[in-house]
Amino acid sequence: MPGSVDLRIGIDVGGTNTDAVVLDSANRLLAKHKTPTTPDLTSGITAALEVVLGQVDQPTERITHVMLGTTHATNAILEHRDLLKVAVLRIGAPATLSIPPFSDWPDELRQVVSAGEAVVPGGSEVTGRPLAAFQRDEVARFLEKVAGRAEAVAISGVFSPVSGEHEHLAEQVVREVLGTEIPVSLSQGIGALGLLERENACILNAALVGVAHKVVHGLTTALARNGIDAVAFLTQNDGTLMGLDYVLRFPVLTIGSGPANSMRGACYLADVADAVVVDVGGTSSDVGMLINGFPRESSTPTDIGGVRTNFRMPDLVAIAVGGGTKVTGTPDDVVVGPESVGYRLRDEALVFGGSTPTLSDAAVAGGRAAFGDAGAVAGREDLLRAALAKADELLFVATDQIKTARGPVPLVAVGGGSVILPDEIPGVARIVRPEHYDVANAIGAATASVSGQVDKVFELAGRDRQEVIDLACAAARDEAISAGADPAAVEIVEVEEVPMAYLTTPVVRVRVKAAGPLGRM
Amino acid sequence: MTKDPQKLDEQDIRDLAVGCTVLAGGGGGDPRIGLLMALNAVRRTGPVPLRVLDSLDPDSLVIAASMIGAPTVMVEKIPNGNEGDVIRAAFEARLDRPVAALMPVEMGGINGVLPVAWAAQTGLPLVDGDLMGRAFPELQMCTPHLYDIPSWPCVIVDERSQVLTFEPSDNVWMERLARNAVSTLGGCACAGLYPMSARTAATPLIRGTVSRAVQIGRTIRTATDDPFRALDAQLDLYPLLTGKVVDVDRRTAGGFVRGSAVIEGIEHDAGRLVRIEFQNENLVAMEDGEALATVPDIITLLDRHSAHGIVTEHIRYGQRVVVGVFRAPDQWRTERGLATVGPRAFGYDLDYVPVEDRHARVG
Repeated sequence: MPGSVDLRIGIDVGGTNTDAVVLDSANRLLAKHKTPTTPDLTSGITAALEVVLGQVDQPTERITHVMLGTTHATNAILEHRDLLKVAVLRIGAPATLSIPPFSDWPDELRQVVSAGEAVVPGGSEVTGRPLAAFQRDEVARFLEKVAGRAEAVAISGVFSPVSGEHEHLAEQVVREVLGTEIPVSLSQGIGALGLLERENACILNAALVGVAHKVVHGLTTALARNGIDAVAFLTQNDGTLMGLDYVLRFPVLTIGSGPANSMRGACYLADVADAVVVDVGGTSSDVGMLINGFPRESSTPTDIGGVRTNFRMPDLVAIAVGGGTKVTGTPDDVVVGPESVGYRLRDEALVFGGSTPTLSDAAVAGGRAAFGDAGAVAGREDLLRAALAKADELLFVATDQIKTARGPVPLVAVGGGSVILPDEIPGVARIVRPEHYDVANAIGAATASVSGQVDKVFELAGRDRQEVIDLACAAARDEAISAGADPAAVEIVEVEEVPMAYLTTPVVRVRVKAAGPLGRM
Repeated sequence: MTKDPQKLDEQDIRDLAVGCTVLAGGGGGDPRIGLLMALNAVRRTGPVPLRVLDSLDPDSLVIAASMIGAPTVMVEKIPNGNEGDVIRAAFEARLDRPVAALMPVEMGGINGVLPVAWAAQTGLPLVDGDLMGRAFPELQMCTPHLYDIPSWPCVIVDERSQVLTFEPSDNVWMERLARNAVSTLGGCACAGLYPMSARTAATPLIRGTVSRAVQIGRTIRTATDDPFRALDAQLDLYPLLTGKVVDVDRRTAGGFVRGSAVIEGIEHDAGRLVRIEFQNENLVAMEDGEALATVPDIITLLDRHSAHGIVTEHIRYGQRVVVGVFRAPDQWRTERGLATVGPRAFGYDLDYVPVEDRHARVG
């Protein structure tokens, strides 16, 4: 019944496994399923849906919402697959000509993505005044040149987070010259300050629109096959939801949703708002930090497939410590990873009758886990003990690096491999091992909230700082509500204020995020 | 190395940028915009000749060049790239003699690399040296100031090729006029300053700093084992402490990043606690109430693994670092030099003790 929240399905399509869960309106877990990821998205999701629907045994009409997290966008960039050819327009001449678009891209990816690039006059000063007059004819000339070749357009203007007017004017020219169908990405909605990084994120976004259509089509087809008529969302890299129309416009924001989902899932399962989260998989662990219930975002530029961007991504430390991580060397000189037996753990690990010592074997030998044949580790106890100590040390350093300050914090352990973790870690107050830790990412997707974000530069112009911050908070709140959040439950979850040094007129950059649970549609 | 030491190619420029993060002593900001500008420029023009000052005709004119204003603006409003030509033409018109070479003002952040881009674009050689030997927060913290050599006529240009020439009566006016001009131009601009004959430049120039920064970057890149051992052996690095950052107190005030970081010793330094105080650049390193090192010696936090320098804006809890010190250039170790950039110039009631008097090098 549309208009209310009843049963929700969360699906997380990872590199190795696809997880699916069903939650009721009180967030009770009614079903869960874990299955290897299939190359074809539609059949993989369809199969996962069938299993969990079978487990809950309820009419499909009761499913009101479906939330999907997927690594498709990341993989498309890493593997140069399904990317659109992008016409890259920068508005900023006569500034910025010293560093043309794509300057810092790997050659191969640039060749796959570029349909041509131009730097035209215009853009904004830090004060919002035009840097130069916008010149429609130059934009039109460039677009005519790339017509027929370009499958998408990326438009980035100097200081567009201060004034985005010239980006909008250029979009109108695209509509006149290349028609209403071609996807257009504007940098102002995608990245923060830092023209090159924002432009890179904008170009990747434009290139990913084809992938987004594929994912959205795959999801809606799988839902139709199972007779589900629900509101569908994808999760984005801050762990909140985006509607399917939003996904088609901002596909780059789905990158990083995997770790964000597992951190949000950990937050929900362990019922903590501020904690270190360790997600242990087969080959590696992601260590992140929950602040106020959300993944802390990275403050340094993020590298995706060799391209430097500056949009919001969870701050993570990844270490080569997983359930299938290989143990080699001698007790005095043990080597832990980075190789892993991966999904072959159940064939290759000692306790499962194989011949490769792994961290799972070390966990069994050390009494942390009880599975397989514990007797199979006989004779290698010293090596495995040394391996476990080494893994604990790596984990301690990663945990310590992700913390923001001294003092013990709780740690939530999730992921299929988390049984290898010790019971005590220096600097950690307590280790929480929640039930259903193995499907934390699908639960994170299903419990995700809806957010709105504002990242803008304001000239104070006589106003005081609080006035400007209030303005930004109201805008973020409105954005969250229009994205589907419950107006009564929307909260401001993050406010960051960055004064800009070396300027004579006071200018401040304000980043605000508002988030709330799904409201009535 | 087998390369022509007289020319800077793409790899040298990358190494220079890394070396600048080390020599900046925590200041200078991210050199990336300057790095990308220089790389793009030499891809068009070929490598940039690097000249020892004494190889120039003593009467020839050299100009220092830098960005001026807010680095936070320049990451959006990136220069046009033709600023070198505009600055050169303005000086040649004003002084009626040809410019023979460009040089950096400081060896840190964007300003250590930017002049390479302009040298490539103008076809002028770059002098192997600069006027700070590191990074400092204020323009008058340049060596010519010690010898009463004026920074003017000074030329400020913007991306529209607009030119302003300044001939103020003193440094205070220079600072005041430049600040207003840069603000009107949109928060950042490019400058040519300290026009000097090669003969005049011979006294203030801190020699060999460009090739030294390149060598630091190259040493870090090619170190097969421990980059710190290699830096110590080749470049006289004094490693004070290996540790992790356990506390950062940082605030922006008056256009500066001020604050302190506390580093707790790890590995062979376990049990020690060192406090670094900074104002854009790292100013003093204190342990148990005593100064381990002070300005003008170059105090840098180096990443424990990559050995890259960490700028003060990016210090954060949990980072593994080596606190390393390089000797200050001799010009700064004079009485007048210390009055300008010694610990007391930054408000510390401390005597400067050269790093080599206090610490033995490991190597």
